[in-house]
Amino acid sequence: MDVSTPASLSLEAGARDLRRARPVSPAFEAWRRFRRHRLALASAAILLLMILAIVLGPTLWPVAINDIDFTARLKGPSWAHPFGTDDLGQDLLARMLYGGRISLAVGLAAMAVAIVVGTLIGAIAGMSRGWLGSALMWLTDLFLSLPQLPLLLLVMYLFRDFLKALFGPEGGVFVLIVAVIGGLRWMPVARLVRAQFLSLREKEFVEAARALGASKTRQVVRHILPNALGPVIVAGTIDVAAAIIAESTLSFLGLGFPPDIPTWGRILYDAKDYLDIAPHWALFPGAAIFLAVLTINFIGDGLRDALDPRKVM
Amino acid sequence: MGSYLIRRLLIAVPSLLGISVVLFTVLALAPGDPFEELATNPAVPPEVRTALRLKFGLDDPIALRYVRWLLAMLGGDWGFSFVSRVDVGTLIMQRLPTTLFVIGSSQLLAILIAMPVGIYAATRPYSIFDQIANTFAFIGFSLPTFFTGLLFILVFSITLDWLPFVYRSDISASGWQWYVEHVRQAIMPISVLALFQAASLTRYVRSAMLDVIRLDYVTTARAKGLGERVVILKHVVRNALIPVVTLVALQIPAIFGGAIVTEQIFRIPGIGSLLISSILANDTPVVMAVTFVFACLVVFFNLIADILYGCLDPRITFA
Amino acid sequence: MARDVKLGVGETLLEIRGLKTHFETDDGMLQAVDGVDLTIARGETVGVVGESGCGKTVTAMSVLKLVPMPPGRIVAGQILWQGRDLIPLPAQDMNGIRSKEIAIVFQEPMTSLNPVYTVGEQIAEVVRRHEGLGRRAALDKTVEMLRLVQIPNLQRSVHDYPHQFSGGMRQRVMIAMALSCDPKLLIADEPTTALDVTIQAQILELLQAMKSRFGMAVMLITHAMGVVAETAQRVVVMYAGKVVEEASVQQLFARPRHPYTRGLIRSIPRIDRGAASKRRLETIGGVVPSLLHPPAGCRFAARCPFAMAKCLEATPPLLEVVQGHKVACVLEQPEAVP
Repeated sequence: MDVSTPASLSLEAGARDLRRARPVSPAFEAWRRFRRHRLALASAAILLLMILAIVLGPTLWPVAINDIDFTARLKGPSWAHPFGTDDLGQDLLARMLYGGRISLAVGLAAMAVAIVVGTLIGAIAGMSRGWLGSALMWLTDLFLSLPQLPLLLLVMYLFRDFLKALFGPEGGVFVLIVAVIGGLRWMPVARLVRAQFLSLREKEFVEAARALGASKTRQVVRHILPNALGPVIVAGTIDVAAAIIAESTLSFLGLGFPPDIPTWGRILYDAKDYLDIAPHWALFPGAAIFLAVLTINFIGDGLRDALDPRKVM
Repeated sequence: MGSYLIRRLLIAVPSLLGISVVLFTVLALAPGDPFEELATNPAVPPEVRTALRLKFGLDDPIALRYVRWLLAMLGGDWGFSFVSRVDVGTLIMQRLPTTLFVIGSSQLLAILIAMPVGIYAATRPYSIFDQIANTFAFIGFSLPTFFTGLLFILVFSITLDWLPFVYRSDISASGWQWYVEHVRQAIMPISVLALFQAASLTRYVRSAMLDVIRLDYVTTARAKGLGERVVILKHVVRNALIPVVTLVALQIPAIFGGAIVTEQIFRIPGIGSLLISSILANDTPVVMAVTFVFACLVVFFNLIADILYGCLDPRITFA
Repeated sequence: MARDVKLGVGETLLEIRGLKTHFETDDGMLQAVDGVDLTIARGETVGVVGESGCGKTVTAMSVLKLVPMPPGRIVAGQILWQGRDLIPLPAQDMNGIRSKEIAIVFQEPMTSLNPVYTVGEQIAEVVRRHEGLGRRAALDKTVEMLRLVQIPNLQRSVHDYPHQFSGGMRQRVMIAMALSCDPKLLIADEPTTALDVTIQAQILELLQAMKSRFGMAVMLITHAMGVVAETAQRVVVMYAGKVVEEASVQQLFARPRHPYTRGLIRSIPRIDRGAASKRRLETIGGVVPSLLHPPAGCRFAARCPFAMAKCLEATPPLLEVVQGHKVACVLEQPEAVP
């Protein structure tokens, strides 16, 4: 018999129309679709565990992060130090739990910045009918062409001292990193939101709202934004992963948080010269970054299937 | 095609200008006045510095300073490195080929991996192969390049001692041996980058293929009695390449980021590691110039992607 | 009635017996084609009519096995082409039949041509595949076919891309492509539905001209009864995945027997009856039944003005009530149905 023949669009449309028989709430439908994605579910569970560990960890594992103990230098995993120690004898597990909080905070904050800025710009571009929309899109394209890491490094280089003076060493760097990472990731969100707006603002239900006298803001917030939510949530998820990678990269290059803050990237920076004698020092934080990013990516994929099922990506 | 080319070139120019404005703004807003550092060595006494400021027009209106700066950057007049006392232009030109070599080879390798895998996965969606390939792709782009690099070093250099992990551009061997040594040391950094890029490229290819496979003209191709292999390779792939080129073009800025990290880990003497070392050494002219070069590279590669896109899609060039 | 040309109607080329093509969906098995019988003889034009979703396109696609196989499956029946069952035929042999023996023209000319290859390349591709011609010969054949379908500016058009043609022109190209290997049967799946009304007439004329020239059998799928009246010799009426009536054109329009057919014919807007008759447009009330869970009895019963209790019990079989005229309706078969 023939090898499988993939569907053609026209036939699919017919089959799809006949399928929409039962009215079900969209949230439940989304959950049902997400549930089918086994990897995404597993990832959600693992990520939850990681978050719980990071949040509750320091209370359950009350070891200091900077307890220097030269007798326990570069020791592999043991009962006393489940993740081993670094070259100053500091407990790696405690340091990683602490660093995890920073990485997570950076990830979430950067995502928030990217989503807020992106949604704002996308909404304005989508609703405007004149030059403003095109200008904003041109700006978006411009930012998309910016070389991200070099620019990130440049800004860190130029503004780090200034912000440290303003917000203190950790605060300053935190603000800087979040602002720059978020500031370089709003573009895909803006594009998504604008596309949604363009396609939705001419739809009947929006026209109906307009006819009923709804102000522009009300149209946007109550009618258009909820429909654009799906792709934005997916983009936001990916943004968290990207932000974690960006922050780790910066720390790994020695240009992130101050040296005494053990973010996972920073631990790797210290560990990279000891690969031959203490590989565990690099493996644990690296694996943690990998696991966090992987689970977030899988969840993002599951969310994409759940909220935006037409796109195959 | 000619008019399309000209149009894309004309768009590239404001693109470059826009990026340069952003760069300039960042530099101008920065505390500590990097421009002053450019014109005058920080070791110079203040009175001399004021005179030099006037001479170099550092207090001129900002628009004027921007134009002058831009012309200098475009003209290759990038000043002198504080640290190495060498003309920055020379410094960068020495190291640029290495970076381009690593990036180019890794892209090539990535394409060689991603295309067959993505195409095959798309012809058997949701099969075992597809699921495994998909999972590997996720793992691939979730592994940060610095971690992969370290892992490679750990496995191939330290544990197995197969490959050297320090890159030397001056290998003292000749002929075949020289070539082998070159490959041996380049293979790890290139693979690290290639794997990362191949991961997302595979997904793009697969997704583009799946989008095209369901289109009506593919059914037409089958109705013509063409074998499935011909249908896929000649009709589907050819069309799927179009969105893939666009997506790859969007990724170009990120590729340079990966190159910077790889150069650091493997100590490759390219412009990425130059950027890092000059930041750590507060060598502002070099920092500024390298960032500008990266920006130019992005614009240049975007232009290449546009041209490729025009070649691939006759709807663009034969409007 | 229009042309009543006897074009050497002879042996049976295509015989579909009890074809059932179903689709697996999230909500169950969609029985798109559920037991269809159809025959087409050499040189015959058979019109297949029915509303959207009745299974006409799926039937046509099943003949060439172009139905998407993951969700779709041919679960039962036989498709006999010159005596050979196509369903178990291996892919390689099937490919030899596609476009060489049986060709198809699709509904959407705007999306049916590959945008990255020239029109000439796409036609030459078919010719080279089946006739084994070299590049020069294939190009000549291509130009010849394009000339036949009246594409203007031949020498330039051959090297043009599909997007440079209008919808009507693209459909001509599709027809040229389909007929380039002189197939015995041309399936035209709603070839004019997506085109402007003025172009529709041109394309139908073109099809007639091609038929005169090549003498192939035509399976013309449409939802417009008027088109069928003009061009077909026999008509097959489909409803909800089944054939409900089959007759020659004269028989069908002279005396439509199935209530659905009658409804279809009555609902054709008539210009000649104009203001004088002051009648509203006739419609058939109700909706098509679900193909996921089809009713046990006659599928048209819910909308039929003559429905009886018997109609709900079992699906009436398609029986020949008069020479050459088959119908699946209890009304017409008083003795046959239990």
